[in-house]
Amino acid sequence: MSFTVKSDIVAEKVAMRDAFCAKMIEMAKEDKRICLLDADLMGAMGTKPFKKEFPERTFDCGIQEANMIGVAAGLAATGMIPFAHTFGIFATRRACDQIFISCAYAGLNVKIVGSDPGVTAALNGGTHMPFEDLGIMRAMPGVTVIEPTDVTMIKDLLPKVAAINGVVYLRLVRKSCESIYGDGSTFEIGKANILRPGKDVTVIAMGYCVGQALIAAKELAEQGIDVRVIDMFTLKPLDRQAVIDAAKQTGSIVTVENHYVNNGLGSAVAEVLCEECPTPLIRLGSQDKFGEVGSRDFLADKFGINAKAIVAAVKKAVEKKNK
Amino acid sequence: MLSKDKKLELALTANEIRKEIIKTIASIGVGHVGGSLSIADLLAVLYFDEMRVDPKNPKWEDRDWLVCSKGHAGPAIYSALALRGYFDKSMLYTLNKPNTNLPSHCDMKKTPGIDMTTGSLGQGASAAVGIAVGNRLKGKDSYTYLILGDGESQEGQVWEAALSAAQNKLSHLIAFLDNNKLQIDGLVDEVCSLGDIVAKFKAFGWNTVMVDGHDVEALHDAIEAAKTSKDKPSMIVLDTIKGKGVKKFEGQASCHNANINADLEKECLADLDEIEKNLREGK
Repeated sequence: MSFTVKSDIVAEKVAMRDAFCAKMIEMAKEDKRICLLDADLMGAMGTKPFKKEFPERTFDCGIQEANMIGVAAGLAATGMIPFAHTFGIFATRRACDQIFISCAYAGLNVKIVGSDPGVTAALNGGTHMPFEDLGIMRAMPGVTVIEPTDVTMIKDLLPKVAAINGVVYLRLVRKSCESIYGDGSTFEIGKANILRPGKDVTVIAMGYCVGQALIAAKELAEQGIDVRVIDMFTLKPLDRQAVIDAAKQTGSIVTVENHYVNNGLGSAVAEVLCEECPTPLIRLGSQDKFGEVGSRDFLADKFGINAKAIVAAVKKAVEKKNK
Repeated sequence: MLSKDKKLELALTANEIRKEIIKTIASIGVGHVGGSLSIADLLAVLYFDEMRVDPKNPKWEDRDWLVCSKGHAGPAIYSALALRGYFDKSMLYTLNKPNTNLPSHCDMKKTPGIDMTTGSLGQGASAAVGIAVGNRLKGKDSYTYLILGDGESQEGQVWEAALSAAQNKLSHLIAFLDNNKLQIDGLVDEVCSLGDIVAKFKAFGWNTVMVDGHDVEALHDAIEAAKTSKDKPSMIVLDTIKGKGVKKFEGQASCHNANINADLEKECLADLDEIEKNLREGK
């Protein structure tokens, strides 16, 4: 693991889906076991170049997510390494039992890619907005749960995901996201990234919220609050030590996730804090509300997971700590 | 066509599988007996006639695969596997006991010879499609056999998989539907009828026939015919009786999951001994 953090947070030039597809093609050239499944969202996911390159290892199952996951399980049983993509809601809600029994319980090597997490579902609205997928996947024994933060990370992580012998849930922004990491950065699954050292409060973020946390930390620094920022891109297995260290060294924690506060990152961090070192905690994320339609920025503001919300939460966290 | 001797041998093997099902379930006192007994003839034909397997090398890459999607028929599969030599018969009597490798529902992580974990109905159908595709990708000529229940076929996933198998032209996927006409809550026709199941699978693009699921020769012939398919999956609908071979169970929905105490075990085995006697006497 060796990463650098960019000094300015700007939008990625390459969409996450394009980086995903390019890396999948690269991997499939080297490893004949890699195959790709989809449920009529190859166009949306930008994976048609993979199909063009490897038609025999591409299975667009049509609009049948349950069957797609089962087919992926069967492929894995024969030694293939299937990556099955659909929107996160369909992957984790509609095909939940298929992932649980045919993949996880069966001990098979299936990678599930759920796209459009939380507010990034934007104009597809509440029906398409996964705020619960992390919770669903975290509940399954032995499943690795990852949300790559940017293009640099997805490129580095995909071969590592393929190398895990088991079910991995990859939560993936489909379109452009903020660029956080310097070129050539490398990452370790299960190891949190400390993006800013900080001593007053720690913000633990995932996915879309990582860039927001860095923007907030910069603003707070100008106000004299020194914030530690952690990118917890692996939700499971959680880097417990990073949470414990942050609690002991900064005395107060804010979690921020593009997800319900229940069962996702906030819950996972709360579990560690309660068990190891009770510490004031504020959890940002959807507060038991369904998603709704709107632009990403509008929704991030509405659900309180943008830099503005983080700044306010950190100030509260400082107060809590000093009580 | 089977020779007279082979036909008798397979019929006797099916009867042995039934005896082991009874003894296995009796060893723990309760189990899914009805839907296990109904597929015993099929398992005799598959494991002792049609399937290319090596019991000493259950993960042999060139083997034929079997997915028992009606995963609760585990006791039937285990009995067939034990008789075929995958493991010692004594292991059968560990069914559902603490730390067993033979749970109620098929588990590929635990039992030698189990190719896919099943138990949540409908899911084995998709897995079988994936296995057939995977073996084709790897250049294998293996067959993938799939056993579905009739009640199970009320699951939407079965029909997703049916479309998928036809779309992928899976000529090496041969499925069986154990049409024993009963499910937990009663007659399939009264709970949620499958209607004309042969016509339905035909309409989904499968080679489809219906045979007597208790006639080993008919089963053999249907499988051989299915193996000539060039570009379609095959469905062999089995006309069967739930609880077949045991008078007390035959045709009873309650035998889906039934208690078998020592007295009932004796009664069941006596029925099966009589069947064996009749088979040997050519009746």
